[in-house]
Amino acid sequence: MAQAPALPTGFELPLERRLPRIGAVDQVAVEARAAELAKRSIKRESKLWALELAVRCIDLTTLEGQDTPGKVAALCSKALRPDPADAAVPSVAAVCVYPNLVPAARERLAGTAVRVASVATSFPSGQSPLDVKVREVEDVVALGADEVDMVIDRGAFLSGRYAQVYDEIRRVKEACGDAHLKVILEVAELGTYDNVRRASLLAIAAGADFVKTSTGKLPGAATLPVHLVMLEAIRDVYEETGRRVGMKPAGGIRTSKNAIQYLVQVHETLGPDWLTPDLYRIGASSLLNDILMQIRKEKTGAYQSKDYFTND
Amino acid sequence: MSELSKRGGRAPVPAGWTYAPAPESRELLRLEERYGLYVGGEWLEPAESYTTISPATEEPLAQVGQAGPAEVEHAVAAARAAFDDGWSSLPGSERAKYLFRIARILQERSREFAVLESLNGGKPIKESRDVDLPLAAAHFFYYAGWADKLEYAFPNRRPRPLGVAGQIIPWNFPLLMLAWKVAPALAAGNTVVLKPAETTPLSALLFCDVLRQAELPPGVVNIVTGDGSTGAALVDAGVDKIAFTGSTEVGKAIQRRLAGSGKKLTLELGGKAANIVFDDAALDQAVEGIVNGIYFNQGHVCCAGSRLFVQESIAGPVVEKLKRRMATLRVGDPLDKNTDVGAINSRAQLEKIEELVASGREEGAEVYQPPCRLPEKGYWFAPTVFTNVAQSYRIAQEEIFGPVLSVLTFRTPDEAVEKANNTPYGLSAGVWTEKGSRILWMAERLRAGVVWANTYNRFDPASPFGGYKESGFGREGGLHGLEPYLAFE
Repeated sequence: MAQAPALPTGFELPLERRLPRIGAVDQVAVEARAAELAKRSIKRESKLWALELAVRCIDLTTLEGQDTPGKVAALCSKALRPDPADAAVPSVAAVCVYPNLVPAARERLAGTAVRVASVATSFPSGQSPLDVKVREVEDVVALGADEVDMVIDRGAFLSGRYAQVYDEIRRVKEACGDAHLKVILEVAELGTYDNVRRASLLAIAAGADFVKTSTGKLPGAATLPVHLVMLEAIRDVYEETGRRVGMKPAGGIRTSKNAIQYLVQVHETLGPDWLTPDLYRIGASSLLNDILMQIRKEKTGAYQSKDYFTND
Repeated sequence: MSELSKRGGRAPVPAGWTYAPAPESRELLRLEERYGLYVGGEWLEPAESYTTISPATEEPLAQVGQAGPAEVEHAVAAARAAFDDGWSSLPGSERAKYLFRIARILQERSREFAVLESLNGGKPIKESRDVDLPLAAAHFFYYAGWADKLEYAFPNRRPRPLGVAGQIIPWNFPLLMLAWKVAPALAAGNTVVLKPAETTPLSALLFCDVLRQAELPPGVVNIVTGDGSTGAALVDAGVDKIAFTGSTEVGKAIQRRLAGSGKKLTLELGGKAANIVFDDAALDQAVEGIVNGIYFNQGHVCCAGSRLFVQESIAGPVVEKLKRRMATLRVGDPLDKNTDVGAINSRAQLEKIEELVASGREEGAEVYQPPCRLPEKGYWFAPTVFTNVAQSYRIAQEEIFGPVLSVLTFRTPDEAVEKANNTPYGLSAGVWTEKGSRILWMAERLRAGVVWANTYNRFDPASPFGGYKESGFGREGGLHGLEPYLAFE
């Protein structure tokens, strides 16, 4: 019999029984495919459609040491009504903040469709004892976070302690209760596409509602090939189990053109079902204004200067 | 997700995402109404002519010459005169200057050529833009570099040019095949009479404009257009060498015709390549390779991976992934920048594809075509895959030269090699596996001129290309590609 590819040590876990073979990723070929998809030419009404979708999928993010309730409140206003001059521009999906700022966001967004997301589990490094991380998750949920963005312990992953990573995600998922769990892989620290695929499948098996590329704290965050590898993992899980897992690229997506390239990948890899904020998010801050500028250009035919879009 | 939707309040999601048409502009391209034969640096009025069309719309594009034997002899005489008048004795470094110039002009005018190539041939603009044109220019750059180094390329063998090379090229990569033929011939000091394919003469005719821009001496390159009879006249004319790329049938006829004539011959003919996927391969990337192997240029590729061999243990998932991927292929207007699969090159080719596909159905193979709406005018064929194919079926034996893939399975590496080699052809093969040792093991045993590992349809001017068995002989590209254009003392 032909040998099945060996699972890495530590992978013989209570993974879902029908989880797809771990498999491998070919670096050259995946980068070539990502580059090819990036050349799709999206014009006119299809561009406008994509730009409005991108707005609806944004997790508007501020993760700074200098964040204050005032700053977060301003960001929430922007999230609700991104372009005061154009009511047709939809709200973003969520506002993503540090745990201490959850109450400020909760207060401003109560009764709206915009969710409150909080990073947790000793973001961004994840290098803390598990009980501390779990406690943090319980706290942000109690404070009113609808969504939790956790980080995996890359140290554990890279040293082959997959079971530990898996167990941590399970514990965090339990602590989330009804809150949605996004699992940040921090791909820039994983080193290979094979690792990205393994970590994606591991996170999904452990109960992630979304897999997310990056914390945004490192250079080389979301890239198109990494995104493609993660989408393919999500697709394999869907085909094997019927379970739909969401995707969130974050970090480094600053232009409309780039955002559309990500959406094209989703469209041609997972299909139209994933083109919804329920299953797709873009973690970004400066991207939103670039999209607003492009939307206005598509609608009026002319570019307006940056001064016509609010900085929050 | 139900939780999120319950809390709702979001604007309703607009219906699906369809890409708006994004056609490349034809404005840069200025076509003449009629073209003559390019002989001795002049346009010669042909006695007869025919209309060349766009296969995507059947729109007439221009009138081109149908060269007869006398006109072909005239072109050969012009090439002979240019050879004797100085081209053959020009220092290599001077010849190189012309080749570098041609390469640069091709780069400068690449968009114009890409549009023309898609218009006249039916291939997607993204391929003519990203593959045909860059590679054509790269071939001229590459051979320009060899022109003054022939003595170092073949030490102690005293290379000298042959004389006049007659070159007959196919319709699948019109300008690229021209480059593959013209660049080494000129670098080696020969002069050329080239006959482009009957259905795709326009890029070769536009290339004459490049030759003038580069101030290439008159008669060094001559272009005669026409059908197969023009090619036959060129074979019979007073040339010193024939280089032919095309069907095995015509190749055999040329070889018979040239037997005993003393003319040198290289043939690059058909193929029925095996693309072999092992169970440890990176599957999503292998599927991309399968798609690229057979649907690239509508499968009009002599080295197309038209026989897919999948290890039986993963045949199910691979075929499923392949079908899903096929459903995302965008078939349509070749000039649209988002088109993945363009038009079939001619009515004759479409009929041949239809006939072979019908035979596959009759023989009992299972057929799948993704839902796609084909344009009403022009020549179109949906991407097609056959499963449950036996080695004995015609679709597993004969070259289809269209977007039609036959899927077969194997159990062990030995069986893969045996089945892959079990064909009269031997042009190319693909191997998909994560094991480096297995790649080398397979490459040693596959009887094919090119073996790609974890990729497919990759070309580089420095790498020789050519076949085994009925796929022809002689190599194009690389150092090997110079040798057929040289005599040695």
